[in-house]
Amino acid sequence: MFDVIVIGGGVVGGTILRELTKYKLSVCLLEKENDVCMGQSKANSGIVHAGFDAAPDTLKAKFNVLGNMMMPAYTAELGVKFVNNGSLVVAFSEGEMQTLAQLKERGEKNGVSDMEIIDQEQLRALEPNISEEAMGALHAKTGGIVCPYGLTIAAIGNAMDNGAKLYTDFEVGAIDKNGAVFTVRSTKGETVEGKLVINCAGLASGKIAAMVGDNDIEVKARKGEYILLDRESGDFVSHTLFFTPTEKGKGILVTQTADRNILLGPTSEEMEVASTDTTASGLAFVIEKVRKMTKNAPLFNTITSFAGVRAYSSRHDFIIEESKRTAGVIHCAGIESPGLTSAPAIAKYVVEELVGNIVKLERNESFNGRRKADHYFKDLSNEEKNEIIKNDPSYGRIVCRCEQITEGEIVRAVRENPPAKNVDAVKRRTRAGMGRCQGGFCQPHVAEIIARELGIPFEQVTKNGEGSALVTGVSK
Amino acid sequence: MKNYYDIVVIGGGPAGLAAAIAAYDNGAKDILILEREERLGGILNQCIHNGFGLTRFKESLSGPEYAARFVDGVLARNIEVFTQTTVLSLTKDKKITAINTEYGVFTVEAKAVILAMGCRERSRGALNVAGSRPAGVYSAGTAQKYVNIKGYMPGKSVVILGSGDIGLIMARRMTLEGAKVHAVCEIMPYSSGLKRNIAQCLDDFNIPLYLNHTITRIEGDKRVTGVVISEVDKDKKPISGTEMHFDCDTVLFSVGLIPENELTKGAEIELSPRTRGAVVYQNRETLVSGVFACGNVLQVHDLVDFVSEESELAGVYAAKYVLEGAIEHDGVEVVNGSNIGYVVPQRLDKNIGGNVKLFFRVTNTFRDCTITVKCGDTVLLQRKKKIVVPGEMETLLLTEAKIAQTNGKIEVVLEENV
Ligand SMILES: Cc1cc2nc3c(=O)[nH]c(=O)nc-3n(C[C@H](O)[C@H](O)[C@H](O)COP(=O)(O)OP(=O)(O)OC[C@H]3O[C@@H](n4cnc5c(N)ncnc54)[C@H](O)[C@@H]3O)c2cc1C
Repeated sequence: MFDVIVIGGGVVGGTILRELTKYKLSVCLLEKENDVCMGQSKANSGIVHAGFDAAPDTLKAKFNVLGNMMMPAYTAELGVKFVNNGSLVVAFSEGEMQTLAQLKERGEKNGVSDMEIIDQEQLRALEPNISEEAMGALHAKTGGIVCPYGLTIAAIGNAMDNGAKLYTDFEVGAIDKNGAVFTVRSTKGETVEGKLVINCAGLASGKIAAMVGDNDIEVKARKGEYILLDRESGDFVSHTLFFTPTEKGKGILVTQTADRNILLGPTSEEMEVASTDTTASGLAFVIEKVRKMTKNAPLFNTITSFAGVRAYSSRHDFIIEESKRTAGVIHCAGIESPGLTSAPAIAKYVVEELVGNIVKLERNESFNGRRKADHYFKDLSNEEKNEIIKNDPSYGRIVCRCEQITEGEIVRAVRENPPAKNVDAVKRRTRAGMGRCQGGFCQPHVAEIIARELGIPFEQVTKNGEGSALVTGVSK
Repeated sequence: MKNYYDIVVIGGGPAGLAAAIAAYDNGAKDILILEREERLGGILNQCIHNGFGLTRFKESLSGPEYAARFVDGVLARNIEVFTQTTVLSLTKDKKITAINTEYGVFTVEAKAVILAMGCRERSRGALNVAGSRPAGVYSAGTAQKYVNIKGYMPGKSVVILGSGDIGLIMARRMTLEGAKVHAVCEIMPYSSGLKRNIAQCLDDFNIPLYLNHTITRIEGDKRVTGVVISEVDKDKKPISGTEMHFDCDTVLFSVGLIPENELTKGAEIELSPRTRGAVVYQNRETLVSGVFACGNVLQVHDLVDFVSEESELAGVYAAKYVLEGAIEHDGVEVVNGSNIGYVVPQRLDKNIGGNVKLFFRVTNTFRDCTITVKCGDTVLLQRKKKIVVPGEMETLLLTEAKIAQTNGKIEVVLEENV
């Protein structure tokens, strides 16, 4: 019997889980996939928004600004890559320049600091590859970039180090309440019992809400497609470049990522059935917009394209509240952008205010919030590297040549919390396979290490869980 | 350990091995080869099919057999080899930082460095192919490694994009291993593979080759369940209405090789945007004195026989560099003119002496054409050709006497005969 059951291993569920372990509570996380961070938190822009975008007095505005302020310390404690690169909303007309002034005003209302409207010359000085047509920009200096899966995995790993239990491949199919006890049932029939349930199921958060009678929480899907460029082009831009929002939407962004790739996208497409397929038209749209924003975009250095799906609520704001019908259930539903930025602040609020409202919170004195970075070896000095190799020679063996990731780091990813059980899971933790050859060279070797560490036959190693085996059998 | 060598060779594939042997036999005895894999031999180790060495040894060897001749050659000489050692960086003053389990991160210095890192495959990601991203999408070389080295089948029901040699070889390999290969698609109007491979790998097994076709969609959530291929117009844009669907569990991409020049770039050595390899003189010396490049890291060859030949050249001149010192280069540029994709070497230096073989590729299939090497208005060399294709590297030998006539930029052009 757990004190709290968290459903959904995204950044919201993950940061809440970690926040809960700061108190004397027994907690667990239920995730339907084979690894955590398989939903929105995996495929997004990774922007730590400044907070001028959301309408004042919304939950989005409140948690965005708070989350932005928390992010530097939060990521430092967890060893997650975060860069305060600043963002630029770029205007291409006089009309758009006026919109920038409105954005700045809104930002100020929301409590955003350090914003400045800059002219063409200043903009070019900051971003030499900006389009000749760009007229000026709103420079929000508190904008940043973070590795979204790094953040999610680290929060969950740290929660587990502090006693949280993780169930993967556990897709919640039903929630029953008997007296004060919830029985959460997986689609395969396993059960977990607890006193409180927190719904952080992303795209499925509406469905989970319906399981406890809250049929009014409607969550819809909107896809965003991206193109990712090689780190070799990593200095193409240094800030996050946004188009000025119009009635037609926000347009795409051009940004450096926390790992110094260049990320282009996302598109915005409503969907009846969520799918992360990319489309020729979507990718063509991204390219067209990139060419409007910048000149000489190094698209020849494309290493992959992908898509993520935003889960937004029909209220067009975050839904963070106790269930109206079933006491003991808290919903975090429709957490779309800026949900990544907001997550640490949402977690603090949910635990201190909502959970604290139901149970008495008692500090867990042994909580240790620090976590070692998942991939850090490459950036160490030679002396530091040699110190590590002396103790563990597997750090002297490079497995992923593009990203220079060693066997030692891969073994660690499989062994540490939350354990990586498939090739993509190793990739998200270590970057092995994230480089320009996209795993062409290292995948067989990574898979061998996983098989060896987990003690399973090679044929059972998957790309991302059941049904995604890498090979179909032995050769003749 | 020793941290100074006359020559350090980066890469122990066919290029590095041939270069090391040639350097040794030409008087440089203090040589170290750095190889990241467990064994020497490079990509040849996974190419278990025959057809290697026809030019050089006048016999058909498998990849490992061909490699063994050079590995034995290295072992028979007093050449030092570190395997499972990855070079992390190179500087232009020829300091190499590498890593292995035994020495950790270490630095060696060399009088001369030979770059022989080979190439890598372009991945699916580089092409922006639409659809899902399930298991079962591999580059052909990765699939080859699974089948031939690791002993596993990457899939049973296959569609291949790209009719270069690796794609063709894998179509046959997968078929021999019991898989069904439904189609090989090629976006160009011609295959870039060797003619003999089209006959022996596709025709002999009734595998259809769809020219002017590309994959426009990959389907499947966890594992590939199918692909859509479409015909393309002359701008390589898919033509709507031409879609064909195949059920399959595997898609192999064989869509080009890219020289692996990250170390070269790190050392600020100038690269050619055409070959994506270093700019070199005919002795295969890059524009950084004492750094040589050869094999697929310099230009993607069709046949390993040519890799060996080129690498021996690099080895000979690296030894000369070590024994006699740097050459002051007096070079003219060699450029690709009309209908020529690239030419290697990109610089000719009269001081080096000897005849020079020019390697180049044409940009399209041409019948009845003339290839001319000229310097200004002076025609140095002219050859009539019945047919040339981009998939087969062309060569022309420029004699020392002809080179003596040059006084400026040399251009290679192809003209169609009318
Ligand atoms: C294209 C895109 C771009 C974005 N860009 C930004 C940005 O730049 N900055 C920013 O701040 N935010 C951004 N966001 C928003 C941000 O990514 C999300 O707000 C955040 O990731 C939401 O996290 P989550 O935990 O609520 O959801 P998710 O990450 O989707 O997590 C939900 C989890 O629940 C699991 N689950 C679902 N159903 C069940 C079930 N029945 N049983 C068990 N588990 C279940 C899922 O597998 C998943 O792991 C973007 C989002 C998208 C899609």
